[in-house]
Amino acid sequence: MVDVAVIDYGMGNLHSASKALEFVAPGKKIVVTSDRDEILAAERVMFPGVGAIRDCMAEIRRLELDTLLPELIKTRPVLAICVGMQALMDSSEENQGVDCIGVLPGKVRFFGDNLVDAKGEKLKVPHMGWNQVKQVQDHPIWHGIEQDSRFYFVHSYYVEAENSQQIIGSTEYNSTFTSVLADKNLVACQFHPEKSQHAGLALLKNFVNWDGSC
Amino acid sequence: MSLAKRIIPCLDVDKGRVVKGVQFVDIRDAGDPVEVAKRYDREGADEITFLDITASHEGRDTTIHMVEDIASQVFIPLTVGGGIRTVEDIRAMLNAGADKVGINTAAVHNPEFVSEAAQRFGSQCIVVAIDAKRQGDHWEIFTHGGRKPTGIDAIEWAKQMVERGAGEILLTSMDRDGTRDGFDLELTRAVSEAVSVPVIASGGVGNLDHLTEGVLQGKADAVLAASIFHFAEHTIEDAKKAMQSRGVEVRL
Repeated sequence: MVDVAVIDYGMGNLHSASKALEFVAPGKKIVVTSDRDEILAAERVMFPGVGAIRDCMAEIRRLELDTLLPELIKTRPVLAICVGMQALMDSSEENQGVDCIGVLPGKVRFFGDNLVDAKGEKLKVPHMGWNQVKQVQDHPIWHGIEQDSRFYFVHSYYVEAENSQQIIGSTEYNSTFTSVLADKNLVACQFHPEKSQHAGLALLKNFVNWDGSC
Repeated sequence: MSLAKRIIPCLDVDKGRVVKGVQFVDIRDAGDPVEVAKRYDREGADEITFLDITASHEGRDTTIHMVEDIASQVFIPLTVGGGIRTVEDIRAMLNAGADKVGINTAAVHNPEFVSEAAQRFGSQCIVVAIDAKRQGDHWEIFTHGGRKPTGIDAIEWAKQMVERGAGEILLTSMDRDGTRDGFDLELTRAVSEAVSVPVIASGGVGNLDHLTEGVLQGKADAVLAASIFHFAEHTIEDAKKAMQSRGVEVRL
């Protein structure tokens, strides 16, 4: 029995995600796979992603993950990370506009050019580095993690969620954006927990121990 | 709430050992990379950068194993630079567990390589490393670990690299590297203001005030240092507290 399947759709570095899972859940069976049956056999699923959304969506469709993911989130805990989170939304502004999987209502927007902060300092894009996440709703994924902990982000596009009930974490960069969404069995985060040291490893451990209810 | 300025310790690695040169020569041994990386992680480093100065093929395999070892124990971003020339080199480092690669000489030989790498792997993992040296009223970039002049203007080059998809610029002042006189703040600020992506200041850190100056005056998004941390003069935590006391947002 596979404990966690990390979905491999050819986008980005899955080594970090699987190594971090192995670290927080010694003895659990973690597989990195694009095989539909193997993913369906797993108790829980991680859906990572880096790179540009058009290429990601092309691979997601080629592997028919766009039909598999809605099925998975009904039946077991799923954690989506970074572009994995963005791919679950309705659409993205990146690459002149791309339709996404659409299991979470909302759009993915560009931070913008020539941003400045309240003090008049230039804000760089990508938003890269350690920023704070405000836990705006209780959720089992936050267990033991301090309010406003810092996590590692690297992205130029952010999620604008339509359903505020689904927002469990938010972050400030230029304005307030949705950094963590949750809906039933699904948690989706914009930052990289696998690269976020103590807080990130705690979140992954919570995911591995989570039964999927809230 | 805001984004923290990053402190990045840099490990120059040769044949599986951490070494530190002074102005690119005079090598001193500074320990086992896995142990050094774990110590920096404990002290609160925001990322770790490895500069692989190994020239040989066997040495390169040693580096890949080292990255694998570190990536399974240290869960913060890891960047590997030095000798990255092909898409296969990038893939090997990312598969070993690196999150970003630094490209320097290969970008100058073939700027298209940066575009190709960014398209293939995403801008978030492509760091273009620039070694710059003051020449009168401007800065010129050098390649081959600072040995070969190129005639290229550092600021124009930084802008071009960002247009081609670099997600970050690692900017080293060759005039300051190893001197402990502080960053070239004028250079750092000029590049940081010229590009939209984060800039890491490097070269010349001799005390903790230098790190703060890199952020406040140099407008750097991250500061990189080696020798002040390697030989236990300062911990990363000391550095962060010193920066915080002068109003810099840090992750503590």
